[in-house]
Amino acid sequence: MGDGGQVVTFFRRSGQDCVATFRPDEVRLLRKVAEEVVGLLTDGFDREDPVVGRLFPDVYPDSQKDSDEFRRFTEGDLKTAKIDQAGAILAALPEEGEGEVRLDPEASLAWLRGLNDARLALGIRLEITDDTLLDYELDEAIAEDPSSPRVFQLSVYSYLGYLQDSLLTALSR
Amino acid sequence: MTAAPHTAPSQTADPDTGYELEPDRPWVTIVHNDPVNLMNYVTWVFQQLFGYSKDKAELLMLDVHHKGRAVVSCGARERMEYDASCLHGYGLWATVDKS
Repeated sequence: MGDGGQVVTFFRRSGQDCVATFRPDEVRLLRKVAEEVVGLLTDGFDREDPVVGRLFPDVYPDSQKDSDEFRRFTEGDLKTAKIDQAGAILAALPEEGEGEVRLDPEASLAWLRGLNDARLALGIRLEITDDTLLDYELDEAIAEDPSSPRVFQLSVYSYLGYLQDSLLTALSR
Repeated sequence: MTAAPHTAPSQTADPDTGYELEPDRPWVTIVHNDPVNLMNYVTWVFQQLFGYSKDKAELLMLDVHHKGRAVVSCGARERMEYDASCLHGYGLWATVDKS
């Protein structure tokens, strides 16, 4: 990664909006990530998938019956909201190439939540725990095979964390 | 796992909802620690959703982080279910229980 310049694009505040100018590779990556989240929530929706388990947790850990009942009433809306959040990321990004993304307060909120869902999904896939040291994991994975999917996914996970943090900082200003 | 006491038939259950009527024991919404959510994001969510001050939201977040879980709201069961579903919307791991 990196062309010697800044590796991660940060959001900045402009009036009420949060603004960032993404490089073409970031645009491609963010589109891919958001599309994967949409896929997970639509055609690929599988309640046995641990990612789905994390995004739609049992609300009553001691009662599957009550959890299922709750899910029956809430899952549709929650799923729609999560698809819309990922959709807001796609809607604000250029189709390709570099581009400025300008988010009004509502879109900023959708991006924050959408980026969080993407990080949760990746976190489950990568088996991130409280003890995970991301830099160490990445070094280990690179030493093993620099072209492995794990190296890529860990980099993406790390990138999304920086991006979400910068958006939150810009939004809270 | 143990059998869930509130799913058993009970004479105190509300005929409309099936929920037990135990006004003395309010319900609570619990947020559990998870290794992915950013600490400042969790604090921000508590401020957004519950209107808590930054200090209170931060203390709650630290409770979740250090103790593994924290009660973030309490009240009627339906209200707690609403809070939990909002928290799920933000990607927090929330459950509902009796206090």
